[in-house]
Amino acid sequence: MKILVGYKRVVDYNVRIQVKPDGTGVVTEGVKLSANPFDDIALEEALRLREKGVAEEVVIVGIGPADLTAHLRNGLAMGANRAIHVTTADAIQPLTAARTFLKLVEKEQPGLVILGKQAIDDDANQAGQMLAALWDRPQATFASKVEIADGKATVTREVDAGLETIEAELPAVITTDLRLNEPRFIKLPDIMKAKSKPIDVIEFGSLGVEGGDHLKTTHYAAPPKRSKGVMVKDAAELVATLKQKGLL
Amino acid sequence: MSKILVIAEHLDGKLNPSTARAVSAAAAVKPEAVDVLVLIDSADAIAAEAAKIEGVSRVLTASRAENAHALAAVLAPQVAKVAAGYSHVFAPSTTFGKDLAPRVAALLGVAQVSDVMSVEGAHTFKRPIYAGNAIVTVEADPAQTVVATIRTASWSAAASDAGNAPIEALNLDVALPSHTRFVELKQGKSDRPDLQSASKVVSGGRGVGSKENFEIIYKFADKIGAAVGASRAAVDAGYVPNEMQVGQTGKIIAPELYMAIGISGAIQHLTGIKDAGTIVAINKDGEAPIFEVADIGLVGDLFKIIPEIEQAI
Repeated sequence: MKILVGYKRVVDYNVRIQVKPDGTGVVTEGVKLSANPFDDIALEEALRLREKGVAEEVVIVGIGPADLTAHLRNGLAMGANRAIHVTTADAIQPLTAARTFLKLVEKEQPGLVILGKQAIDDDANQAGQMLAALWDRPQATFASKVEIADGKATVTREVDAGLETIEAELPAVITTDLRLNEPRFIKLPDIMKAKSKPIDVIEFGSLGVEGGDHLKTTHYAAPPKRSKGVMVKDAAELVATLKQKGLL
Repeated sequence: MSKILVIAEHLDGKLNPSTARAVSAAAAVKPEAVDVLVLIDSADAIAAEAAKIEGVSRVLTASRAENAHALAAVLAPQVAKVAAGYSHVFAPSTTFGKDLAPRVAALLGVAQVSDVMSVEGAHTFKRPIYAGNAIVTVEADPAQTVVATIRTASWSAAASDAGNAPIEALNLDVALPSHTRFVELKQGKSDRPDLQSASKVVSGGRGVGSKENFEIIYKFADKIGAAVGASRAAVDAGYVPNEMQVGQTGKIIAPELYMAIGISGAIQHLTGIKDAGTIVAINKDGEAPIFEVADIGLVGDLFKIIPEIEQAI
């Protein structure tokens, strides 16, 4: 089986982002970029399935500008067999991303697609579900445990009420939650090895993807600031303050 | 004029309060009608509950044996079918809505607006990005159906005893897939208030130190009638189950009172509590980032302070 893994590059999760004063976007120049944390988890899970003999090949997919290559090399160094780089200078919205993945799915015929549950930049949490719908295959979102056997995935999902387990016939789309696994670190020799692994570069325009970027972002703003709080000296003062506010 | 379809969320024969919050967001669009769609195996009680929500025009029920469990692959084609004739489809931004709504949007071939915080116009919404560190205004294409999930923490629930909407049973002729099957749901059983709708929440973090020590948090929460939450650190350390996690990847909540105990306040945690009325932080590290957002802060040892608070109440 072949596994396709989405591997998005985002502003590093530790960066405190700044909104541009004119409201046209957030400052991304000179800011540290990393793999979306959920995508590292997706790749780790795919690698573990390969190590268990469930999959033979793990292919990472990135959609983005020419300089995305270095990012994809990280995924190859982590252990992916090869990468597909769909090149476009434009930011792609989830429906277009899902339609792009569908084209690659038709070409590559994977048994499983693993994506992160959300990207920490747009926080949309949509692409995996949309791909599953367009592909007309099962989806197992927010996965915290995955077992593959007998042509089906048994997936434990993190839902608001607790932990739900579902069965999904393969091929299927799985999206990862934080607790699925702990991604491995990249070792130096693997960085060297990754340099010789193949990256297929595909021009976005050549895929014939129908446009789905219909949301226009017209303004960016910083979130409203909370007014400065007060420090109290002890428990008695805390209780008195809360009682005064009618909260206790 | 807008016509809005709200997808009801329910579990164990009860309507989830997130549904009434999504109805509030729908009302903010000032639509001609707000219909609630209940997808279930037998809808009687849930539909009756939904009919009482203020502002609901009609309750539509789609009862099929396949709807016994909320599997997105099974529900989405039914929602997509009902969506014809509606300008908007809203679902709560809970794990239920997040799983289902994008699948519906893709079937309709439209974009989705996730986590709507405010309605600025029939096609203009505000939503958070970058873990709530930026708020964007987005415009959806008026020529398309708007599929959106509603950030429940941003909306109060519409009154649940003021409506009297008619209930109509739909007979949807839709082929449903059998490739996805429900196996089981393990619920964290709790007699405490529900984390997402509680007016008071007490949360513990890594500073609590162990699963056993978390008893002090539970005991205190029970004393003041609060729900109990946790930071990711406390969940990862195994102190509490994951459904208690508050933050960017856990639950986003807006109680009147939020007490963060032994929580440092990472960006991802703060995202989950930004809309709380009053935030109280108790932490032994006076430099912890949680104090930057706390309305009331107290530096000290939680194991000494909590018993003192209980005494003082």
